[in-house]
Amino acid sequence: MRKVVIIGATSAIARETARLFAAAGDQLLLVARDPQRLGALCDDLIVRGAKAAHSCVLDVNALERHTALVQSTTESLGEIDVLLVAHGTLPDQRGCEASVDETLGELTTNFTSVVSLLTVFAKQFEAQGSGVIAVLSSVAGDRGRQSNYVYGAAKGGVSVFMQGLRNRLAPLGVTVTTIKPGFVDTPMTRDFDKGPLWVGPDVVARGIVKALESNKDVVYLPWFWRWIMLVIRLIPERVFKRMKL
Amino acid sequence: MARRYESWGRYPDVVQRSVVASSRFDPFPSPVDDKSALPFGNGRSYGDCCLNDRGAVIDTQRLDQFIAFDSNRGILRCESGVLLRDILALSVSRGWFLPVTPGTQLVTVGGAVANDVHGKNHHRAGTFGCHVRCFELLRSDGERRECSRDENSELFNATVAGLGLTGLITWVELQLKPIATAMVDVESLKFSSLAEFFHVSDASDVRWEYTVAWVDALAPSTAIGRGLFLRGNHASEAEPAAHAARKTRQRMRIALDVPGFVLNHYAMRVFNSTYYHRQRRKVARSQSDYVPFFYPLDVVGDWNRLYGKRGFFQFQCVVPRADGERVIGEILRRVRAAHDGSFLSVLKVFGEQASPGMLSFPRPGVTLALDVPNHGEDTLRLLRELDALVCEAKGAIYPAKDATMSPESFRTYYPAWEEFTKHMDPACSSTFWRRVMGRGSTTADA
Ligand SMILES: Cc1cc2nc3c(=O)[nH]c(=O)nc-3n(C[C@H](O)[C@H](O)[C@H](O)COP(=O)(O)OP(=O)(O)OC[C@H]3O[C@@H](n4cnc5c(N)ncnc54)[C@H](O)[C@@H]3O)c2cc1C
Ligand SMILES: NC(=O)c1ccc[n+]([C@@H]2O[C@H](COP(=O)([O-])OP(=O)(O)OC[C@H]3O[C@@H](n4cnc5c(N)ncnc54)[C@H](OP(=O)(O)O)[C@@H]3O)[C@@H](O)[C@H]2O)c1
Repeated sequence: MRKVVIIGATSAIARETARLFAAAGDQLLLVARDPQRLGALCDDLIVRGAKAAHSCVLDVNALERHTALVQSTTESLGEIDVLLVAHGTLPDQRGCEASVDETLGELTTNFTSVVSLLTVFAKQFEAQGSGVIAVLSSVAGDRGRQSNYVYGAAKGGVSVFMQGLRNRLAPLGVTVTTIKPGFVDTPMTRDFDKGPLWVGPDVVARGIVKALESNKDVVYLPWFWRWIMLVIRLIPERVFKRMKL
Repeated sequence: MARRYESWGRYPDVVQRSVVASSRFDPFPSPVDDKSALPFGNGRSYGDCCLNDRGAVIDTQRLDQFIAFDSNRGILRCESGVLLRDILALSVSRGWFLPVTPGTQLVTVGGAVANDVHGKNHHRAGTFGCHVRCFELLRSDGERRECSRDENSELFNATVAGLGLTGLITWVELQLKPIATAMVDVESLKFSSLAEFFHVSDASDVRWEYTVAWVDALAPSTAIGRGLFLRGNHASEAEPAAHAARKTRQRMRIALDVPGFVLNHYAMRVFNSTYYHRQRRKVARSQSDYVPFFYPLDVVGDWNRLYGKRGFFQFQCVVPRADGERVIGEILRRVRAAHDGSFLSVLKVFGEQASPGMLSFPRPGVTLALDVPNHGEDTLRLLRELDALVCEAKGAIYPAKDATMSPESFRTYYPAWEEFTKHMDPACSSTFWRRVMGRGSTTADA
């Protein structure tokens, strides 16, 4: 039985991942901002076999509450086997171009809050000397594109932060896993036209659990995004800057 | 990947929008421009009862959470978009099974209630609705009504078999039934005529919980009514060898529309005849995992695409027992004469247990279901003929599998329709409903 903490637990991807933990009989602590949905999620996971499902209501942008979150987490679970950070928003890129406030707001949700959470949780993992810290970054963080670079910058920042954290915690026995999904059919991407590269959140969830169980450093989900992003990263900037992406 | 909102027969073709029900706590998901709305489960209905041409469908896929499971009493409460497959994946290992299940596990609980589906145990257990303890109905005026046999009972009766027209079911509470193993003891028997089918059925219904027959709809005219009778009981003990063969995964998926000529008359006749002659002995016994026994067709995902772009019809009727042999024989003969035969034609004798649903289809008698490929006007003519036969025989046609019955027939088959309209949600409508109310039209290539 693992002890699992999921932040942004009501996200479609997190929910599917939590179901896999539940079916394995794990103990869960779920963090999200909507109390009603959070309660419903806990009920669902209990029926699916979770040993226990605790919940904690939190808007991740309330950075000052992060320390208390770690405290209450360790009070109810003791040591943590898995931390999964999954919350996120998809910014309106045009809106961000027109508004500094909107841009900074998006960076807070998608970058600063993650950095803050990882900083306080890292102390706990450091003390434990064990466990896995996993964060949902994105392929969008691998290269900035005009259509989506505020999001891309936040996710790219998260990926780099994770690299450093991995480098710091690896000798202590803590695994740090960066998860980079491609196109996933979830409420976040509801208005997109879906093509053959799209997958359901259940597919990504299975990939996440597999990555955690094999102590991966970085995973692209599904796997083919590793090669797509390799090609995209290889395009010289002087060509890339003229492309409509 | 983007969700297609089509019916299983892929007929008729419609233009409709979609809105998403993203949580059971959310308000009624009204379409933006005052269009009518219709809950959409998993699109496993064949005809037009899950379609809303020029209106909107409410996608219930995200309503997929369990709410509570009392594993001592077998009472399960879950959201309406949960698939029967997911219930079984959870409950079988804990010793519980669905009280009633249709021939595919890929239907939602909401869809199972709204069509009041039946299974191979109708003679013992009645319909799905007979085992629904209660549910919540979200109406377009924002009201939430908990409905059961005691509370809002009229609305309960209207919503069971209510075709999605009384509002959005958000969650359902079901009584499951206990089982000892995941296995089913199965016997299959050959029969050579309809008379023999009835004989075997009567003898089997007493001792067997599940009974159904496959009939060779393309047999030579001298052998019309021949087929295989299948009967099963949940096994009290699993045979060790049977355990090994548990595979629930879909093995194959039909990704492309198959050109029409592949499913020509000749291919179907060979298929049917091979199926019949495969079994040499008169009676064969075996033990089977529940999945292949109940859901043989789920092995081939999207098999409806075998019928190509034009889609196909399914025809299912029930006719009173007294006249059953004659009417079923006549239907089989007409289908055969029209060369519009079917991969799978299924026969079963329904039991006496009445459903609470006002518009419920099953009633005492014998039911026949068959696929009919869409060959345009000729096929529509055949279906009209069959409709007339059923009407004359005082039978009924199943809305979940219908795209062509006439408004007059509907009113004859479902005399409670007028009472039903009082309970409809004013914001809900469907292509089916407008058709049977005489406000729609049917053309071969709509
Ligand atoms: C291979 C196969 C075998 C089948 N075998 C059988 C069988 O043996 N017996 C049988 O009875 N049927 C059978 N069917 C038909 C099928 O069980 C029914 O059509 C079922 O209702 C489909 O459920 P669905 O979730 O796909 O709903 P849909 O087809 O999407 O919708 C069906 C109806 O339910 C309504 N509905 C859906 N969700 C809700 C909700 N949340 N609230 C209110 N209304 C809702 C819709 O408006 C629509 O009127 C079979 C179908 C297939 C494809
Ligand atoms: N979908 C994709 O294609 C895709 C691709 C790559 C990466 N990702 C990443 O995967 C993760 C999960 O995304 P998803 O697709 O599952 O999206 P989703 O279903 O829209 O989930 C996003 C979640 O983030 C939560 N959230 C947003 N702001 C929050 C805040 N201030 N405080 C607390 N919670 C907040 C939301 O909570 P509410 O429900 O309360 O709003 C929601 O549960 C995200 O980090 C996303 O960036 C997604």
